[in-house]
Amino acid sequence: MSEAGEPRPVIEIEKLEKIYSQGEIVHRALRGVSLTINSGEFVGIIGPSGSGKSTLMNAIGCLDTPTRGSYRLAGHDVSGLDADARALVRNRFLGFVFQGFNLLARTSALENVELPLVYRGISQRERHLRAARALALVGLIDRLHNTPAQLSGGQQQRVAIARALVTDPQVLLADEPTGNLDSKTTEDILSLMQLLNRERGLTIVMVTHDPEVARCASRLITVRDGLIERDERVANPRQAVRPVQTEGHAP
Amino acid sequence: MMMFWMAVRLALRSLVRNKVRAMLTVLGILMGVASVVASSAIGAGAKERIESQFASLGVNVLMVWPGASATGGARGAAGSASGLTEDDALALSREVPSLSASAPILSASTQVVSGSRNWSTRVYGSTLDYFRVRAWRTSDGGLFTDADVRTSAKVCVIGETVRRELFGDESALGRTMRVGRMPCTVLGVMESKGQSGFGQDQDDLVIVPLSTFRTRVSHRPGREIGFVMASARDPALMSRAEEGITRLLRQRHRLSGTDESDFTVRNMADVIKSFDEQRAAISLLLLVVASISLLVGGIGVMNIMLVSVTERTREIGIRLSIGARSRDILAQFLIEAVVLASVGGVAGLALGIGASLIVGMTTSWTVKVQPETAILAVAVAGGIGVIFGFFPARRAAKMDPITALRHE
Repeated sequence: MSEAGEPRPVIEIEKLEKIYSQGEIVHRALRGVSLTINSGEFVGIIGPSGSGKSTLMNAIGCLDTPTRGSYRLAGHDVSGLDADARALVRNRFLGFVFQGFNLLARTSALENVELPLVYRGISQRERHLRAARALALVGLIDRLHNTPAQLSGGQQQRVAIARALVTDPQVLLADEPTGNLDSKTTEDILSLMQLLNRERGLTIVMVTHDPEVARCASRLITVRDGLIERDERVANPRQAVRPVQTEGHAP
Repeated sequence: MMMFWMAVRLALRSLVRNKVRAMLTVLGILMGVASVVASSAIGAGAKERIESQFASLGVNVLMVWPGASATGGARGAAGSASGLTEDDALALSREVPSLSASAPILSASTQVVSGSRNWSTRVYGSTLDYFRVRAWRTSDGGLFTDADVRTSAKVCVIGETVRRELFGDESALGRTMRVGRMPCTVLGVMESKGQSGFGQDQDDLVIVPLSTFRTRVSHRPGREIGFVMASARDPALMSRAEEGITRLLRQRHRLSGTDESDFTVRNMADVIKSFDEQRAAISLLLLVVASISLLVGGIGVMNIMLVSVTERTREIGIRLSIGARSRDILAQFLIEAVVLASVGGVAGLALGIGASLIVGMTTSWTVKVQPETAILAVAVAGGIGVIFGFFPARRAAKMDPITALRHE
């Protein structure tokens, strides 16, 4: 896991454009976005639906290629890579957390967390070890063999966070991570993310539409009409309420 | 390699989760492989039987039937109007140097009786050359003599089956039995030859001197005979013997150059070859049926894999987002298809072997499971998995991670 130390740019985006064209209809989802995110930052991206925040997130996550502009991730130019190379980048540098958890059903927490390491060709023993360590980090050491159906929503999202962390990523990308959770569990997940950011120096980029959630980030970027409308430091991030450890032991 | 075993494990797991679906999917492949294995086992058994028949009849045996070959059908019934005579047979052994023996034969179905036991069998009238041609010896007692043939003696030699049916555990030698209405003395019992390749019991017969047959069994005097069985001195002389027979008989029957022969010469090799050709044709037919079954099975695999890919779009999206390359996804689904097909193949192999064994136990057929065919059948099943799994797997591999993740 990257140490807090001297801040260095992890994500460097310049004049990024994304244009979708379907026949006659041309949609400019991103219209020249420039953005630098340093290591150790906790960035919240907000904006109304259709503002381009999801497109920006997909571009940052190397799930998509920009139409124009440059994108350097951890010093590597990743804007022109083909699908397989982008898969490699996602595996090496990025960790994803989604709104819908996106865990493999009928597969144990441990195996879910191991999955990114499988595609790295790491031996089963080491996979087990590292996955168990990641699950311990999110407080689920006693839930290794439970399948998603046997876990609560909050626990499932913790498994997803463990899966994102198991590869020691440069950046954790969270797309509406609390969108499917109740308010109490939302606080729980947010406090975990703040903890990982503060104590382990994990760089986090989080997309949300909830201002309460966004206020937990230390930097807030507002996207509108495919452009960055506002980019501000949050002087006093809201500290998510760390709940009493009861939810963590729900079935 | 590690990825490979992961994928195999994953595939087996999803197979176990959808047991019924997997079973229905692989049914076509299962039936196809089973029929390939069973038909090849039965075919190989038949081939072996025909080959042993070849050996038991002798590789150097020639048959001469009356009637042109074009007329076809059953020939040589005893006493039927015949272009062949006893003298033809004698002339053949005398005048065709490549023949070692030539036996004139008459035969008829008849009832044989001894005491309270009776049995329906076939009786043959011939000369001592019959035993020479067939290279057949007695296991008990002896043969009739030339003198017996000359005097139409009331004597016979019997096959093992007839002995068992009429005399049971007792010795047959010197006993009197009735052949039709003729009482005759049993001189000897022939060595058992067992069942022939055509399913007939070769030991179910009675042999009497030709003259005895004529005067006391068929009651048809004259010189005509049913057929001639001759043997070449050496298997290599077969074609020369065949030519010699044809030349001599045409001469004896006063046929000129263009006349059609009024007899047919066949060597046993030809007879067996024609049986073998029939067997091969049946095997081919079974193979075609099996291939169709395998094709249908392959399409079944493709269909279910397409369903599986669609169902698991989200899973594919997850895998792509955490770093699976498209070739990883391709391999995963391809391996799953191959595992599915191979499971069908192995189950089919088991069913095929089982069916072959049951056929072998319940019928008189010989079955012989061919290890190479068995391996080939399972390999073909796996190959079907590759071929029919490729298209669905490619569809999975080509998915866009964003779209796949959004899939509900």
